Amino acid sequence: MSRADGRIALRVEDLRVHYHTERGPVRAVEGVSFELYAGERLGLVGESGSGKTTTAMALMRLIRAPGRIESGQVQLGDLELLSLSDEQMRQARFARISLIPQGVMNSLNPVMRVGAQITDTIQAHQEGLTREQLQERVHELLGFVELDPSTSRMYPHELSGGMKQRVGMAISVALKPQVIIADEPTSALDVVVQKRVMDTLFRVQRDLDAAVILVGHDMGLMAQCVDRLGVMYAGRLVEIGPIQQLLEQPQHPYTRLLVSSLPSLERKGVFRGIPGITPSLLDPPPGCPFHPRCPEAIDGCATRVPELLTVVAGLDGNDARHRQQAACHLHTGVDV
Amino acid sequence: MTAPLLEARQVRREFGGGLFERQRLVAVSGASLRLPQDRPVVVAIAGESGSGKTTLARLLLGMVPPTSGSILYEGTDLNELDRRQRKVFRRQVQAVFQDPFGVFNPFYRVDHTLTMPVAKFFPELSRAQRLERIEEGLRAVGLRAEETLGRYPHELSGGQRQRIMVTRALLLDPKVIVADEPVSMVDASLRATILESLFRIHQERNISLVYITHDLTTAYQLSHTILIMYQGNVVEVGDVDQVIKAPKHPYTQLLVRSIPFADTKRRWGEDPSEVSTEASVTSAQATAEIAESAQTVDVKESGTSDGGCPFADRCPQMMARCHQSNPPLVLTDPDRAAACYLYDDAPPLTEQQIGELSYGGLQDA
Repeated sequence: MSRADGRIALRVEDLRVHYHTERGPVRAVEGVSFELYAGERLGLVGESGSGKTTTAMALMRLIRAPGRIESGQVQLGDLELLSLSDEQMRQARFARISLIPQGVMNSLNPVMRVGAQITDTIQAHQEGLTREQLQERVHELLGFVELDPSTSRMYPHELSGGMKQRVGMAISVALKPQVIIADEPTSALDVVVQKRVMDTLFRVQRDLDAAVILVGHDMGLMAQCVDRLGVMYAGRLVEIGPIQQLLEQPQHPYTRLLVSSLPSLERKGVFRGIPGITPSLLDPPPGCPFHPRCPEAIDGCATRVPELLTVVAGLDGNDARHRQQAACHLHTGVDV
Repeated sequence: MTAPLLEARQVRREFGGGLFERQRLVAVSGASLRLPQDRPVVVAIAGESGSGKTTLARLLLGMVPPTSGSILYEGTDLNELDRRQRKVFRRQVQAVFQDPFGVFNPFYRVDHTLTMPVAKFFPELSRAQRLERIEEGLRAVGLRAEETLGRYPHELSGGQRQRIMVTRALLLDPKVIVADEPVSMVDASLRATILESLFRIHQERNISLVYITHDLTTAYQLSHTILIMYQGNVVEVGDVDQVIKAPKHPYTQLLVRSIPFADTKRRWGEDPSEVSTEASVTSAQATAEIAESAQTVDVKESGTSDGGCPFADRCPQMMARCHQSNPPLVLTDPDRAAACYLYDDAPPLTEQQIGELSYGGLQDA
């Protein structure tokens, strides 16, 4: 798939984000840790409310009140993002780490030409570029996302959904970041256009030699796009591992149920939903957050929160990217 | 032969084209569909946004009148139903919509959504009988009355709300439920549960379903037959196994190849029916190219050109005549038809036959 090597591009440690409401803190992200390797594509799936988008926003330090990053570390190369000043973080955004937000196609300014919106972003970070240099950059970026240079003179309403999505993508990568976070980049697009937009994103990724975090809920899209997948449930990362391993031998009961609930062309008239409902994050159940719905729950699930442990060493036990980790009391960790 | 339960005959629906508008949009162009009286069926209508699938659903529900053609309920045109018949139609043909968040009034408890239709349509029942009916309806979709009644909409998940809408439809003893993208706004883990409850009420209560979706995999799981729509036209119709596993129309082929399967061994864009790897590489290539031309097409604000096949500009197998006239549906297999000149030798179909094909009844006739 993508050209990943063993270097770590981004390390997230024990990230906690709470939203402070009148009824108490909503624990949207509760102790999430993972590594993103250089050049890799990591997927983050979960239901709405599982904390996947909040995690993405926290990595960009874009959490607004009543939300607050309570603790954690986000190491991006030599920078620890959570300890930067606001101004330092502003400079790091777009240049080092960038977000393609959900529904970016609707975030364009309707009364501004596409080219001007791209130059805005560049000028906010780099001063002293001439008009010609800017124009050249805009055309280069549009070429990046496979749009014609003439698009720069168009207004958003003249573009199709897929084209607007590409413009949003061009703005996000205008400063050639090393880490790109894409939050449901194709969820509003038709299936046929979806594939083209993903292909474009991954071409840009290769050209920049960047690492990508793909946030979403579509397991089919993940299966086709990412190298590794992290599964979130109720604010926690419950399983993470290489995509094929995770789909074929899911280790956490939630992942197992999620995978078996997927529609396929092999089964007709058979539907396997996950019973029960997602817990309230205002008052999460004690112990493992999935235990009230878990068909395999055992003693201890209701009292102790399971740790994320390596449960399958994978093809190459020395390579951390091959490891499959799960947070479940059914598993004891293996030595790696 | 008894008249079909619900039938669309060559319906066409145009929007716009008023005094000040130059352009008229043809949302549905001559679609035929039939649900039989004697057995419950599940028919899927699939297509991308702008294909006309929702308009066709609204036509079937009598929410918009056709520009031409007709919708018949038990043999009577919806326009000609008298007040009493109309009330029967309204009760027996129910709808479940896409957005489980927008359909509830946030100021009422969810009970209101359930008690009101029962009170209106079954005034003879006592309070206790009505409650019993509601509880039974909730059980049929896998909800417990004590966990749902008395709550406000915001206290329930999207999946629970959508199942309440299914319950609401169910309470009126419908013969048909038209479900327009009922799971597209619901989380993946809950989709299966909602589809399962729809499928179960179809089987246990003999209710016919019209399932409108953009998702071919769930259409395959749920339905017997399928109509594939593209820019207002039904381009392929028939047995769901045939249409999805061996699509005939180039557009359906593109759609099926575009499904991202949750299977790492099946590459995105590959044709599932092609075995040799060389061939699948070509088809992946073709998918990319067609999708690319889609980009150019949708800038041009592609309206339905009455001149030719609506898919001609994107079609990898386009021929000169494709631009001249819109191909009619022809019977490519005993239980499936496609509207494409590639199948010129196949016999043409009457409107009557298309209707029968749409629910899988052509072979019985």
